[in-house]
Amino acid sequence: MELPKLITKRKPTAGEKVYNFFTDISRLSLFTFRALKYVFIPPYEIAQIRKHMDELGVKTFPIVSITGFVIGLVLALQSQPVLQRFGATDFLPATVALSVIRELGPVITALIFAGRVSSGIGAELGSMRVTEQIDALEVSAINPFNYLVVTRVIATTMILPVLTIYVNFIALIGGYFAVIITDNMSFQYYQNAIISSLEFADLVPGIAKTFFFGFIVGIVGCYKGYTAEGGTEGVGKASTTSVVMASLLILLFDTLAVKISLWLWPTLG
Amino acid sequence: MVMADFRLVEINNLSKAFDGNVILDNISLDVKKGENLVVFGQSGTGKSVLLKCIIGLITPDQGDVSINGQLTKGLNIDELNTIRKKMGFLFQSAALYDSMSVRENLEFPLSRHTNLSSKQREEKVRETLRMVSLEKSIDKMPSELSGGMRKRIGLARSIITDPELMLYDEPTTGLDPITTKEISELILNLQRKLNMTSIIVTHDIVCAKIIADRAIFLKEGKIAYEGSIEELTNTTDIFLEKFFSTEIIKD
Repeated sequence: MELPKLITKRKPTAGEKVYNFFTDISRLSLFTFRALKYVFIPPYEIAQIRKHMDELGVKTFPIVSITGFVIGLVLALQSQPVLQRFGATDFLPATVALSVIRELGPVITALIFAGRVSSGIGAELGSMRVTEQIDALEVSAINPFNYLVVTRVIATTMILPVLTIYVNFIALIGGYFAVIITDNMSFQYYQNAIISSLEFADLVPGIAKTFFFGFIVGIVGCYKGYTAEGGTEGVGKASTTSVVMASLLILLFDTLAVKISLWLWPTLG
Repeated sequence: MVMADFRLVEINNLSKAFDGNVILDNISLDVKKGENLVVFGQSGTGKSVLLKCIIGLITPDQGDVSINGQLTKGLNIDELNTIRKKMGFLFQSAALYDSMSVRENLEFPLSRHTNLSSKQREEKVRETLRMVSLEKSIDKMPSELSGGMRKRIGLARSIITDPELMLYDEPTTGLDPITTKEISELILNLQRKLNMTSIIVTHDIVCAKIIADRAIFLKEGKIAYEGSIEELTNTTDIFLEKFFSTEIIKD
């Protein structure tokens, strides 16, 4: 499938920039359709998927652990004085839990994942493109799209929800640390308050959208890397633009996901 | 040994343009089984594009390519891959997979396209590395290899599946004269040993003199000359004289 061409002039005009913006979106859409089609076409490259889940997902655990802990800690520290003003410090566990599980956990984990993984995929595939390694796979009668793109997209889609659940948990632990610094609340009370404040409708949308965030991170990184042009400069561009594009799409999709979840579960409002 | 009657590659009226810039203009060419054809030409005259059209990396605007009597035009990816399994391609940069060791680079096509056991694959990898005199580098990563070694490993990876047709994209570019001669002789030896048909794109007259059974010269997207390498280098054509004047190494 031939993708429409971008205007690659050094100094494009405003009109050409607008043209490139819309062309880029149409190219990404075509690339996505192609990836979705190849998901169902053998060979399924299970070993590669497992390898990428390890490289792209498991190795992201340290950075998201720190981030998750700090999010919970800071959120609880910031919320505590405000709740105290209204005599509502008992609501602190619920405030932290709902903020983290509904929104902060999924979105921040996805943005960090985009920063680490999307840029990495963009750079790796971009480098393989400009050094003809992707062509080498193709002439060796190996489908590079299946081998390089589909495996990474499946890996990122599967691993991000796991990372998010983990970050949510770590953030709640971080929240409890803030609570014991500022307040005298037992862990048992903190835990019970969280469990009683959460409903099924709080948990499902937050985790469900991370499958889409993971897909966005994988597909954008692969698209930018796989279609990279212009030597090492193209590799650098693929790496940076993939982070920008993936982050923007995550935020855009998050807005959409919030609207959909409010429509499906009106009690969330 | 060239089989006079059997044309392994047939190219008919092949044309290709990029952004309105004609690179290949109505090229027709045959390569006989067992023959070594050298393709000369200035930079940007479409030599590499010709190779990429033959292996299906680039789709021509017009014309067609037949390999072993089978047209590549209109084939789906699986059918094209069946043909590609009988072909090898040595890239100018060798295009070794950075994330794999030499062993893994060579094993990769074997594990994909053959039913060999891991022991048999290991033997085949070692045997092929012996052919290119680099058995000791089996556990090295591509980043640890010199330019000449990368070319040899690239060559080993291309021939490990015993292809009938080898395509070489500037196999000696960027190498010193001694390594150039070694690689050229290696290509010739492999061709004789494995009875392969080869198309070699090069600027290098030393390499061509060692390898070529026949040569063509591409100019402005067309075949400007076709014949033996001796005829080509002894030509009275002003353009060709100029092209080879700085490159001919006297016997």
